[in-house]
Amino acid sequence: MRLTRIAAVALAAALAFGAAACGGSDDDKSSSKFAAGSTMEKLAKAGKIKVGTKFDQPLFGLKGLDGKPAGFDVEIAKILAKELGIDADKIEWVESTSKVREDYIQQDKVDLVVATYTINDTRKEKVSFAGPYFIAGQDILVKKDDTSIAGPETFRAGDKKVCSVTGSTPAKNIEQYLKDKNTQLVLFDVYSKCLDALNAGQVDALTTDNVILSGYASKEPDKYKVLGQPFTREPYGIGVKKDDKVFRDWINDVLEAAFKDGRYKAAWDASIKDLIKVPDALSIQRY
Amino acid sequence: MSSVLYDSPGPRTKAMTIIGSVVAVPLIGLAVYLWIYRPLADAGQFKGELWGPIVDPNNQYFSLVWERWGDGWLNTLKAAVLSIIASLLLGSLIALVRRELRELRHRRFPGSPFGGFGRFGVLVGRGLTRAWVEIARGTPVVTTLYFVFLVLPIWGIDFDDRMWFLVIGLTIYNSVVIGEIIRSGMDGLPQGQDEAARAVGLSTWQSSRIVMFPQAFRVMLPALISQVVVILKDTSLGGVIISYEEALGVTKQMVEAFRGEHLAIGIPMYFSIGVIYIVVNYALSKLAAYLQKRLSRRGFKPIDKPATALVAEASAGAGGAGSL
Amino acid sequence: MEVFSEKLGVFWDGYLGTLQMSLLAAIGALILGGVVAVLRIAPLPPLRGVGTAYVTIFRNVPLTVVMFFTAFALPLLGSNAGFLKIPGLTSVIKPLGTDLPFFRFATIALTVYTAAFVCEALRSGIGAVPPGQAEAARSLGLTFGQNLRHIVLPQAWKYAVVPLGSVIIAMIKNSALAAAFGVIVTLMGVVDELVSQEYYDALPVFLGVVVGYLTMTIPLGLALDAVERSQKKAVRR
Repeated sequence: MRLTRIAAVALAAALAFGAAACGGSDDDKSSSKFAAGSTMEKLAKAGKIKVGTKFDQPLFGLKGLDGKPAGFDVEIAKILAKELGIDADKIEWVESTSKVREDYIQQDKVDLVVATYTINDTRKEKVSFAGPYFIAGQDILVKKDDTSIAGPETFRAGDKKVCSVTGSTPAKNIEQYLKDKNTQLVLFDVYSKCLDALNAGQVDALTTDNVILSGYASKEPDKYKVLGQPFTREPYGIGVKKDDKVFRDWINDVLEAAFKDGRYKAAWDASIKDLIKVPDALSIQRY
Repeated sequence: MSSVLYDSPGPRTKAMTIIGSVVAVPLIGLAVYLWIYRPLADAGQFKGELWGPIVDPNNQYFSLVWERWGDGWLNTLKAAVLSIIASLLLGSLIALVRRELRELRHRRFPGSPFGGFGRFGVLVGRGLTRAWVEIARGTPVVTTLYFVFLVLPIWGIDFDDRMWFLVIGLTIYNSVVIGEIIRSGMDGLPQGQDEAARAVGLSTWQSSRIVMFPQAFRVMLPALISQVVVILKDTSLGGVIISYEEALGVTKQMVEAFRGEHLAIGIPMYFSIGVIYIVVNYALSKLAAYLQKRLSRRGFKPIDKPATALVAEASAGAGGAGSL
Repeated sequence: MEVFSEKLGVFWDGYLGTLQMSLLAAIGALILGGVVAVLRIAPLPPLRGVGTAYVTIFRNVPLTVVMFFTAFALPLLGSNAGFLKIPGLTSVIKPLGTDLPFFRFATIALTVYTAAFVCEALRSGIGAVPPGQAEAARSLGLTFGQNLRHIVLPQAWKYAVVPLGSVIIAMIKNSALAAAFGVIVTLMGVVDELVSQEYYDALPVFLGVVVGYLTMTIPLGLALDAVERSQKKAVRR
């Protein structure tokens, strides 16, 4: 009896030691892998990372019922974290809504942002982008049996009403097609409210990036359809601190490698699935 | 009061009341059925799959939903308790300082070469505190909260936990309201209290602090407790505006998540959370009534609530001009 | 600060939107609140029950929940709140007459919510009328309705005006929530439009919005203070 207890203690000690040894070797590996002083080295050493993503964006970053975020953005972030030697459960998810993304990066509240974040010049003045890892385009979702809306041009007549999300790029884009935004545009804080309004017939269409619309249409194909004619081009990038070129280049390398070895496709299959075909190539913009 | 407006009902009125009720109940029932139940049922709002996650323990989502609600209420309570404590402390301070400044108004500074300066300082102090009170309570809590969340970090005041933004936002507004409640409570006390305190040699500040404040606090306790209900309701602004995961915030998140599972569960979810809010707040206001009764029995006559108390009670409660 | 020269129109539209909604909801809430107050003091217990239930519900539920229901449950009941398209009024208050019902929905929510507080303010006013007044009226043979109309309410109004004003001030501030329920032209919506969508600096935009609300709330508050003070003086005399 006594002997077994000693054996157990010894075993536990050995396990603990083994685990410590493993941790040690990991540390060694990471410190040799990344250049000293780089963001990657810092993160790898800390063993954790703060990722800004959305919590209410279906398919990309949606906080599920279990309280865990899921989606393509989340999968991409997990690939990056893995490459830094950080497990998925060591990632701290920080909800980053459209209006705070730049601020969060500048204030170090997040280490990177993967949040359906369209690369554009205004934003480049404040932050830097890796990617794009995904190209979306703004499109329009209507009720299945509605043939009266052909595209954004239809809104110029002034009788059709459209819904989108407050403070978003799609909301701004659609304004130029409207005759009078006071009578044609409705903005809510989340998409589900737009769908409710569409179902009740208070608006005729919902506009945002095509892949999100496809998500809704695919789940209820007998209710909605997407026009399928994107009228903008929205390259989604990964936001990092302005002028952290080393980090940005590293992310781009990882994205390209992941695309080649199938990890990108696996992330796609885990979230977007066959809603949209996986692209043939990634056109990373290095700058 | 209502009893002085009419006689206590006689047999005829009683009979008519009963007959009226007997007629009215089925009529109201029919109206509810025709105009509320039927349209909702036609829209599929009573389907089991929509209510199951909330009421059916065997539903696969049931435990998840209530677990998230549990976490949400815990966060609500945390933010509410901190805001209440901070608002009470700061509010008391505001009340004392404003009272002190008002007393100093009459004070001359004889013999001091900076006498004029002192009076000027008092004037400026009064102006500033007054302006602060007017701005803080004249601005919607929604706006204050949003401002705190977006602008404080730019000024270098930053927190990892969003709860602190909510606590600061709520405290800015509620401390001022509570300050005014306490101040009008002190003003409403019999003048003799202050005069007696001064007569035994206490300074204005001491008299306010030791004599007036404790009495005002007790007298205004009911008003203060209604303000606690307000704070509890206002924490729900955090969910929508700054994505703090309190009770209403998690409800919103779950409604979105259920959309991901193609369940349009908005109405059942908001209905249920509404009922929970009513129960919790109703219990709190009953507590307020009970305290008021106990206090008046012990000889503390509550005095009229100041106008500000009602402003506060009518305050938003929940919601948000939030966005993505 | 260039936001003020470039986007003054946006501020003005938002200001007007908030003002219009507040005005409508104030009128609505005063009427509905009056009805509920009468219910609460009515001689028939069932009516009192209805009044009490109304106040209990709307005092304790967050406004967001109310707004959610007017925006998403009313349409299911087949209503687009078309009854608010009052001829004549719609030409002055444009958002009231559009096909988009969300301005009307939010106004209804604000009205229904505020009415509970108006009722309480009125009741406190009625409570402040010396009981002798009502007793004297009854001894003259006035009925409940006559008593209220000729004796109690005209006096109660005087006592209720300050709390009522406070309720209206709170209501103006509460209208900020409408921005989350599909009403894009409100003062609070200005922040969403200019800060999140057009990338203006947050600080000046907030300054403009706060000043906008203060121009509505502070004058009302000061007026109430003046009324309160003159009433106190009258009492002391």
